[in-house]
Amino acid sequence: MTPFLVSDKWYDIRDLGNLSRALLDAADKILPGGVVYVLAALIGFVASFLLFVLPSQLIIGVYGERRIIGRMQSRLGPNRVGPFGLLQPIADAIKLIQKEALTPTQADRVVMYIAPIIFVMPAVLLWAVIPFGENMVIADIPVSLMYFLAVSALPVIATFMAGWSSNNKYSLFGAMRIVSMAISYESPLVLALLGAVVMSGTISLSGMVAWADQYTIWMVFVQPLALVIYFICVSAELNRTPVDIAEAESEIVAGYLTEYSGMKWGLFYGMDIGYALAASGFAATVFLGGWTLFGLEKWVPGWMIFIGKTHLFYFLFIWTRGTLPRLRADQLMAFAWKFLLPLGVFNLLIVSTERMLWAEQDYAKGLIYVFALVNIVLSVGLVYAWARFNGYRPERTPTRPRLVKQAGGYIPVGERP
Amino acid sequence: MTGIIKSEPFVINIGPQHPSTHGVFRIKATVDGEKVIDAEMVMGYLHRSMEKLAEERTYTQNIPFTDRTDYLSSMSNNLGYCLAVEKLAGIEVPPRGNAIRVIMAELQRLASHCMAVGAFANDTGAWQTPVMWAFREREKILDIFEVTSGARLTCNYMRIGGVAFDLRPEFEPMVRRILRDFPPFIDEMEGLLSENEIFIARTRGVGVLTPEMAINSSLSGPMLRGSGIAWDIRKADPYCGYEQYDFDIPIGYNGDSYDRFIVRLEEMRQSLKIIQQALDGLPGGPFRTEVPLALRPPKGEAYARIESPRGELGYYLVSDEGPSPYRFHIRPPSFINLSALKEMTVGGTVADAIVVLGSIDIVVGEIDR
Repeated sequence: MTPFLVSDKWYDIRDLGNLSRALLDAADKILPGGVVYVLAALIGFVASFLLFVLPSQLIIGVYGERRIIGRMQSRLGPNRVGPFGLLQPIADAIKLIQKEALTPTQADRVVMYIAPIIFVMPAVLLWAVIPFGENMVIADIPVSLMYFLAVSALPVIATFMAGWSSNNKYSLFGAMRIVSMAISYESPLVLALLGAVVMSGTISLSGMVAWADQYTIWMVFVQPLALVIYFICVSAELNRTPVDIAEAESEIVAGYLTEYSGMKWGLFYGMDIGYALAASGFAATVFLGGWTLFGLEKWVPGWMIFIGKTHLFYFLFIWTRGTLPRLRADQLMAFAWKFLLPLGVFNLLIVSTERMLWAEQDYAKGLIYVFALVNIVLSVGLVYAWARFNGYRPERTPTRPRLVKQAGGYIPVGERP
Repeated sequence: MTGIIKSEPFVINIGPQHPSTHGVFRIKATVDGEKVIDAEMVMGYLHRSMEKLAEERTYTQNIPFTDRTDYLSSMSNNLGYCLAVEKLAGIEVPPRGNAIRVIMAELQRLASHCMAVGAFANDTGAWQTPVMWAFREREKILDIFEVTSGARLTCNYMRIGGVAFDLRPEFEPMVRRILRDFPPFIDEMEGLLSENEIFIARTRGVGVLTPEMAINSSLSGPMLRGSGIAWDIRKADPYCGYEQYDFDIPIGYNGDSYDRFIVRLEEMRQSLKIIQQALDGLPGGPFRTEVPLALRPPKGEAYARIESPRGELGYYLVSDEGPSPYRFHIRPPSFINLSALKEMTVGGTVADAIVVLGSIDIVVGEIDR
């Protein structure tokens, strides 16, 4: 076994790659030339499906989400197919594949057909730059944060294509909404991440993990406001409730997905979860210290810690989905421009000042904890103050009606009944 | 030609098949972008000609018809119809019958408001959680109906002169359990929705109904009370002995969707208060006056009205001394409340229109009859 083991750690996932390479080398000697390339592609597909798509996307994403939301709604959730209903996502997938993928006669057939395919590609590409563990990153490029932001903006094009080509008014509504929302929310998102970038001084995701490890502090404590803004913006971009206005089912039926059915719809649905997981993984890397856990990574595999953190963050998405109502499109835009953007600018101002002070102190390790404390207090104060400034007055909203004893006519507000 | 982007309003059909129309109802909305500039209601998809059919059946046979008008509050509909027949024929109901009717009508109000509040939350986009919670509580009430009348939804429990059966021994503990379990649930709903910033942002100032508009459109029920008008048939024109119970009328502030929502929540509290009093003072004796099966009321007409969960529910009957009514007419609260929809939706966005429709709390079976 030793020739293809990378390290003496049993859990190192890179061993699988070496194992498959040894297998392929052996196969190359037996099989005629060229076949081995097909074999390699097949092994790669099966392995990535078994390792990433199946456990993370289908089981945790679909099954876990439905199960947790079921519990929140005081019902059971899927529990019929397989043990504890674990095979439910697979049963769903089989059902979707069997279904006919309808295309309306008046639709733009080509665009409608390729939209789900374009939607899927970035979801896979996003994982290329996220470090799963030490050295376990497919493409450790120095500008990986920018790469992630750029690629994660691509699916908007696919959703707009889907909405436009369906030739349905509800779909058009959804498409219009998602484009306007993506434009609005991209700027506060980048501003929030800029805070993290300024603080850590790097734009590479591996570098950010190393920063968190070096100073033994997670970025979320130093930049709490950035995480909040990131979470809201990314919810908006991913169309998750409370901000799922592009497929608001109670208003515009299913938004851009109205005319989709069968596996074409299934790709959109599955990849929505894929994007949410990728965004969670990104947040875990930038804000929660990635695969490190204050020294525990020496005992527990780093990729386990990383997946744990990713799903912890993903739970936030499920939680908000299970509790909050949806905002209106215009309120959502106003929120982005009037609330999140100024807060992002304030945050950037604060973090730049702190970074300057920190540089003057030769990056003393103790100072970062002071900054963390200051920033947590400042964030809470800033959010509250800015909300008050924008007219947030909860005490002026009576949440209980007035009570009267006698039937009569109109009783004006302020008059004692 | 280049450089000019033309835009024009277009018509969008909200319904008849739409997740938020609560049945087969359709709004033909003309929209300019997201803004609704004209709205036209199209109804009648569920018309079953009940009022005409009722003229061919005896007075007792008509009771199940009333179940199927407002299928979410069948007890109230039974009650309204039976009151009208009793008024027409001059039949007295024994006190126990009246108390049972009050308990049943108030339980029905709880069940119906559960549905209204949950569905309204669903329309604002709270992804099914409030509606599932509300259904959980509603099930307990439907269980009580099943124990008493044998049916959960279309109960057919009221009879001319009283109720169909006496209460079973399981009834009282079950109602006591409702009285115990319901206040925490209402608090929970308040915590989840009434105090939720997003919910307030979505419903405050949406679909504002001024008091003048509400009265001119002849609205009733929570719609009217949401606009700040203290009007409740149970207080203004008491029936079934409502005058002996102590309860308040909740009224709103400025008549928006939020006010209607909190009025409904508070009405649930008041209903619990009434049930408590009625159950504690439940008189003995007969639960029904014996009435001939083929009832032939004297010539004349009668109009009886009750406060159904949706508003003033009236039944108008004309008798020509035959075994079946000469004329049978229903004043459905949903239908009349819906008449203000256009005023409330035009000027808002599509999302607002859905919220307004949800806040009216329509039941299409009652609109189309």
